[in-house]
Amino acid sequence: MARKLPVVGEWPVVRQLAARDATGLDGTATSARTRALQPRTAGADRVARSVCPYCAVGCGQLVYVKDERIIDIEGDPDSPVSQGCLCPKGAATFQLVTGAQREQHVLYRRPGGKEWERIPLERAMEMVAERVKRAREETWQERIEEEGAEHQGDLVRRTLGIAHLGGATLDNEENYLLKKLYTALGIVQVENQARI
Amino acid sequence: MVVQGSNMAECHPVAFRWVMEAKNRGATIIHVDPRFTRTSAVADLHVPLRPGSDIAFLGGIVRHILENDRWFHEYVVHYTNAATIIDERFQDTEELDGFFSGFDAERNKYAWDTWSYQGVDGVVPAAGHKEVYGEKGAGRHDLRGVKMTEREVDPTLLHPRCVFQLLKKHYARYTPELVEETCGVPKALFLEVAETLCRNSGRERTSAFCYAVGWTQHTVGVQYIRTAAIIQLLLGNMGRPGGGIMALRGHASIQGSTDIPTLFDLLPGYLPMPHAVLPDRGLDQYVNNNASATGWWSEFRKYIVSLQKAWFGDAATADNDWLFDTLPRLTGNHSHMTTVSEMADGKVKGYFVVGENPTVGSMNGALHREGLRRLDWLVVRDFALTETAEFWRTAPELERGEVRTEEIQTEVFFFPAATHTEKDGSFTNTQRMLQWHHRAIEPPGDCRSELHFVYDLGKRLKALYAGSTAERDRPIQALTWDYGALGPHAEPDAERVLREINGYTVADGQPVPGFAKLAADGSTACGCWIYSGCFAGGVNQPARRRPQGEQHWVAPEWGWAWPMNRRLLYNRASADPEGRPWSERKRYVWWDEGQRRWTGHDVPDFIVDRPPSYRAPRGATGIASIGGEDPFIMQADGKGWLFAPSGLLDGPFPTHYEPEESVIENPLYPQQCNPARMEWHRRENPYHRAWGDARFPYVLTTYRLTEHHTAGGMSRWLSWLSELQPEMFCEVSRELAAEQGLANGGWATLTTARGEIECRVLVTARLRPLRVRGKVVHTIGLPYHWSYVGLVRGDPANELIPFVADPNVSIQESKALTGNIRAGRHSFGRRSATGGASLRQPEPAEGEAPRDLPGLHARHRAPPVEPGRR
Repeated sequence: MARKLPVVGEWPVVRQLAARDATGLDGTATSARTRALQPRTAGADRVARSVCPYCAVGCGQLVYVKDERIIDIEGDPDSPVSQGCLCPKGAATFQLVTGAQREQHVLYRRPGGKEWERIPLERAMEMVAERVKRAREETWQERIEEEGAEHQGDLVRRTLGIAHLGGATLDNEENYLLKKLYTALGIVQVENQARI
Repeated sequence: MVVQGSNMAECHPVAFRWVMEAKNRGATIIHVDPRFTRTSAVADLHVPLRPGSDIAFLGGIVRHILENDRWFHEYVVHYTNAATIIDERFQDTEELDGFFSGFDAERNKYAWDTWSYQGVDGVVPAAGHKEVYGEKGAGRHDLRGVKMTEREVDPTLLHPRCVFQLLKKHYARYTPELVEETCGVPKALFLEVAETLCRNSGRERTSAFCYAVGWTQHTVGVQYIRTAAIIQLLLGNMGRPGGGIMALRGHASIQGSTDIPTLFDLLPGYLPMPHAVLPDRGLDQYVNNNASATGWWSEFRKYIVSLQKAWFGDAATADNDWLFDTLPRLTGNHSHMTTVSEMADGKVKGYFVVGENPTVGSMNGALHREGLRRLDWLVVRDFALTETAEFWRTAPELERGEVRTEEIQTEVFFFPAATHTEKDGSFTNTQRMLQWHHRAIEPPGDCRSELHFVYDLGKRLKALYAGSTAERDRPIQALTWDYGALGPHAEPDAERVLREINGYTVADGQPVPGFAKLAADGSTACGCWIYSGCFAGGVNQPARRRPQGEQHWVAPEWGWAWPMNRRLLYNRASADPEGRPWSERKRYVWWDEGQRRWTGHDVPDFIVDRPPSYRAPRGATGIASIGGEDPFIMQADGKGWLFAPSGLLDGPFPTHYEPEESVIENPLYPQQCNPARMEWHRRENPYHRAWGDARFPYVLTTYRLTEHHTAGGMSRWLSWLSELQPEMFCEVSRELAAEQGLANGGWATLTTARGEIECRVLVTARLRPLRVRGKVVHTIGLPYHWSYVGLVRGDPANELIPFVADPNVSIQESKALTGNIRAGRHSFGRRSATGGASLRQPEPAEGEAPRDLPGLHARHRAPPVEPGRR
């Protein structure tokens, strides 16, 4: 016999009668196994406090980590903004950050190319830096030289050859360094979803 | 509570819980929106109105308040500029057929010297979104507004040129009958909204407005919000609990990316980017152009000098004018649409697209793709390969063979991005609150944060320019760029960046406690003055998470709100002129005579020890000019602006103009559209007739759904969300379905002059035809999340929308335009950007309808330009 039968006192109906719990809603109908069950979050190594990355309401999130992997993301009940709630998008954050849709390699498409190619991150960064420098030098405007232009002769010290767009899901610290670097390079066409 | 220009229940569901909480406590919820949505379903009142007519509706409420004496007298007289006398040269749209005085027909721009206060030479707006005085010839040697305390006022509000009387005159024709005729809202329904608002405002009660891009994405978008501001000031609902105007923003840190802008016209903290004018006078000229002699903006110089110190460190000195002249200069509009248009002309070589998908999320995607094809190189950083990353191999013009992949010479770099769970940093939510998110794990593979990307790129560029002696490379060499290296990927330390944003004393590097301690002598550095205080005491304030149950209802110890952790802006107005709460029920911030200071539930948004009885001495400048009854301390006069003497490029009062493309002629003015709007006359960007275009008889409006996120980069690749909203559709009324033979669940083809798309049809009573000027107006609703890649695909609605922009903020107009619909699948994927001539049907027989009054400036709008020939 694979399993031992429960002793009579463990039978739910007996426990219900003994506890005068006719409907079984007061817990007498649950088994020892059910009572021992825990959410998988209980076994997490640590919990990181976070914020939902979708809209601007700023709902609190708890990110549960076990063995250096995210095992769950839940709403943060302490948050005065969201009181533990997340909407359908917020509740899908777990798939957003752990899903197979995420591209994990740097990809390069050469001029006229028909496919993506993988290139090392370091190489890609080097290529981008070189291109920024080249484009900046080729399109540098010290003064407006265009004949008859409203600002002819005015000092502008900039390039209109490089532009930036995005994004409103970036951190403040990231936007800060982007604006700082671009401005020092003389790039003025810096734009963001906030315009849209 | 009025929700207008937003489907809050669907787009901000968790915030909408608080609206429902208010309803449970007895609040009346009004939803004004062309569509009946999830928000309408739980509102007490749903008011359908014609897209693009909100200023007429709100202007009608302004008139109702004034004509029926429903305004909050004490609040209006003391806290707004109602009593201020305006320059005698000012002329209203009522006198000039829809124009204000000062319109320059040659440049399609207003000069606003006639909009000024009588006797005050220039009034500086609270936030210089644009360097408004930086235009050629506008520069000067001294500060503006030195005579602010001497301005003429009439507290009886009877002077014919006081703001109150001008306001009354401006809105006199916005009657309930006109609202009905313009918006399609029955008079009785309109009056019910107006009366409910009035009844719920005053000492004991406050009303709030909530809006989203349904208000902003118009060629008069900023003025929509201005009209609500006028209502809220007249009813005394600003700076008080339960009042205000709530902008419901759509991205986790979209507020942050405006405060610390990746926007062309701003430096951090709403300091304007410098304009190319009189560069020989450097920083002094810039400060004179932007600072105000009075109000808090008189502190301007401290903030720009501290920013230069934060960016250029020891290299920025008083002797070299803090390196101010090394900053790049603007010569006009360099916004998104201008940039993409120039890209399509081959003027832009390189483009960074970081966490955004403009070929889906922005107007006229085909014109964007044309721009991308003409780049030398494109860098895309995202989680998955978006349409913007894949423009060279997945697009309708490629399928049609109009463009061939092998002919596209753009080099494309795709960098996979780290998620918010893989990096430290702060988001600023829609209530100006910064919240820190902590790194949970390291990013996989090549995924890196944007912080890592920009820091690494900056280090490489510094190395490349290290040996240069060219003057133009000096700012890169001098740029302070040391943020550490944490963990296996040498990730820069985000807290070090936050410290710089907060600001520090140069001598010892200690964080400053707030912007009040910043100086103009180079002794302090600060990356964004409005965020100063977010690292006060060396503590990461945005990371504070004291549970809501352990603090009072304002919850000041959860995160940190700019400025100075004030949760409710201008909260001095929550007390009466003597500093007492307007009522016990609405007690929030008040003057404590015993302690001689302002106190209350929130950090007072005022000079904490300045008594209500303080009056600025005549001729006072700087902080001393802010009187005890001046709650709006950022304004040069400390008052809420019913009339905006400067800062807006299209008028001091909101005025109803029709959208660029409308089904009707402007019922109010001969001038059809906002005269200062921006247009892009290009072959790829054709416009419809201004009104009554027989080819495009219906109104189109775009919107979002709960289960998707904007252009889909964070939702269309997720199965959990995609299966909930798997397919593109359009929403039409039963009447329109009958008129066009559209079947629920069947297919339809939608066209504009820009392109054609097809999608399924949802026939619903949620959309109703409206009767406007005796004509039946049908509106078609279009969600805009889908496109050509991702798990679920569909035609993108934004392909239908033209480049046309609001002059103040350069926003697109996607909430009201015209188009056509017919049953069945008839789309060939045609786009005006690529062989679009075939899209054009013969011009309507009645000819072109003017958007602008003849002789004033219609003739100055440039004719269509072929790409590459500019």
